[in-house]
Amino acid sequence: MDFATFASQFLIGLSRGMIFFIVSAGLTLVFGVLRVSNFAHGSLYMLGAFLAYTAILWLGQGEAGFWLALLIAPLAVAVIALVIERGLLRFIYKREHLMQMLLTYSLVLIFGDLVKMVWGSDYKSLPVPQALTGSFHFLEANLPVYNAFLLLIGPLVALGLWFFLFRTHLGKLCRATAADREMVDVLGQNSTWIFALVFALGGWLAGLGGALIAPTVNIAMGMDANIIIYAFLIVVVGGLGNVWGALISSLIMGVGESLGVLFIPDFAIILPYLIAGVLLIIRPSGLLRSAW
Amino acid sequence: MSCSYSTVRAEKRVQKRSLVLRLALIGLVLFFLILPSFLSPYALYLMATIFTTALLATSLNLVLGYGGLMHLHHAVFYGVGAYAVAILMTKTALPFWAAAIIAPFAAALVALLIGWFSVRLRGLYFGMLTLALGQLVWAIVYRWNALTGGDDGIHAIPVPEVLTSLNASYYLTLIVLVLSLLVLFAIVKSPFGLILTAARDNIPRTGSIGVNVKRHQLAAFVIAGFFAGIAGVLFIVIDRSVAPSLLYWNKSAEVLIMCLMGGMGTFLGPSLGAALLVLLSMVVGVYTEYWLLVLGLILLVLVLFLPQGILGFVSGKLKSASRKEVD
Repeated sequence: MDFATFASQFLIGLSRGMIFFIVSAGLTLVFGVLRVSNFAHGSLYMLGAFLAYTAILWLGQGEAGFWLALLIAPLAVAVIALVIERGLLRFIYKREHLMQMLLTYSLVLIFGDLVKMVWGSDYKSLPVPQALTGSFHFLEANLPVYNAFLLLIGPLVALGLWFFLFRTHLGKLCRATAADREMVDVLGQNSTWIFALVFALGGWLAGLGGALIAPTVNIAMGMDANIIIYAFLIVVVGGLGNVWGALISSLIMGVGESLGVLFIPDFAIILPYLIAGVLLIIRPSGLLRSAW
Repeated sequence: MSCSYSTVRAEKRVQKRSLVLRLALIGLVLFFLILPSFLSPYALYLMATIFTTALLATSLNLVLGYGGLMHLHHAVFYGVGAYAVAILMTKTALPFWAAAIIAPFAAALVALLIGWFSVRLRGLYFGMLTLALGQLVWAIVYRWNALTGGDDGIHAIPVPEVLTSLNASYYLTLIVLVLSLLVLFAIVKSPFGLILTAARDNIPRTGSIGVNVKRHQLAAFVIAGFFAGIAGVLFIVIDRSVAPSLLYWNKSAEVLIMCLMGGMGTFLGPSLGAALLVLLSMVVGVYTEYWLLVLGLILLVLVLFLPQGILGFVSGKLKSASRKEVD
């Protein structure tokens, strides 16, 4: 195998890692602040992809269609997330982990069938928008423009999250709520709506991940089951609630999986689980410090 | 005086109740023994599936309910048990009975490997590691075409014909279930089981009286894996085929729901949950293709309103009733 193949596979892995990051950043924020393990996060991701598909059908396949869909679909998912938080989750914050997990798992089942009802069980696919087709060549490596686009979006989202969490008043409140909810309440800040906001933000990120991946995969039932396990492992490996830990482990997983395809094509599928398992065994409390 | 008198009375009542319960259970087993003559072939198959699933759920509950460990991927051991029989029977010349004896040990071995690493972690981290390593096993099974048949699985496994008639598989699964439940019950009530429960309720205190908590949890994990492996063997007897979906994580979630539905705090709850879910999936499946939607709604209601499960609710009511009588 030559360097070019390796390099392009590496870059494709990185771009996949960016999607993992966008999705798992939402999951880890919810983990850190609400302390809920949200299995339905994968369903929100799937909804993001399906909603993007529908939005593009309505808006037309033109250039503007894709960008508008990228705007609308995640926002729609954020609204759905808000409804979930206000309507259901807030009743179980005091319950044990397993119960919270099972409640969110019930949403996985419900959303799975709702998606089947609304969109049917056939594969859907979206074309890559005109401006992002083709591929780059540099250093002999070959990278589809869409993947390069993802490589750009990932750091942008990370930067945006950093700015929000560390440079805005609201973000500071979110971090304070993650550290000590009661203290936030005592200081006269309303932690209830911070919970709602963070869950909606988590949903927005999941929806964004789904909308971004939509043009590169078959949009289908079962998208949720695959991504949620990856996202959970990424979040736990990175350190619960730690966005930067999620970034690091997302990239490790993405690149690992992608290079696995190159070296052990038949068994590439085991690599994410293997990596996560080994990392958890070596560093049981996550790569970076957990928010808990 | 009156206090000790009422205590004695309450104790007698409890004794009487446990006698009634025991008789009821024996009656139930007898009922199951004569049931086949009244059932259609399909109902027989369904009952055998219920018995197998009940064993799987009860084995999970040893770790989940009694051990208090957030074990998120129990179906792996079920799948390993089933695959072990399938592989041994199709790739080697071993007879069924030998494969059936080896399989639970294979499941227990995988449980030992996964448990060895997992019990060092706590709570959610424990759960996530069981999930990661379990999915790893799934991925290997899914991809190792030469050994496991990959995505297609293994079909037409030559189980001896004596066992594959509907009547025979009914009785076999029933007998294995009853024997396994007796063993598991003895384990739960043994000093080992009590230590396990003590560790669930308070790890530091249990550790500080000189108990090696992790070793007990690991042992429980392996035992649970072993019995899940037995359930896997039974699955082969009923279905004579295996596919990787048997050990995908959502299968484990299904088993978790069974435990929750029947009641994790009770011994027979998971069996009840298994029976109800298998029956429900069949009944609902007749009317709609959206069984998972129904299951999701059921789960939602259970978590919100009946987290102690059906049997947990009933036994809680009975206990508070007897307490009232004493007062």
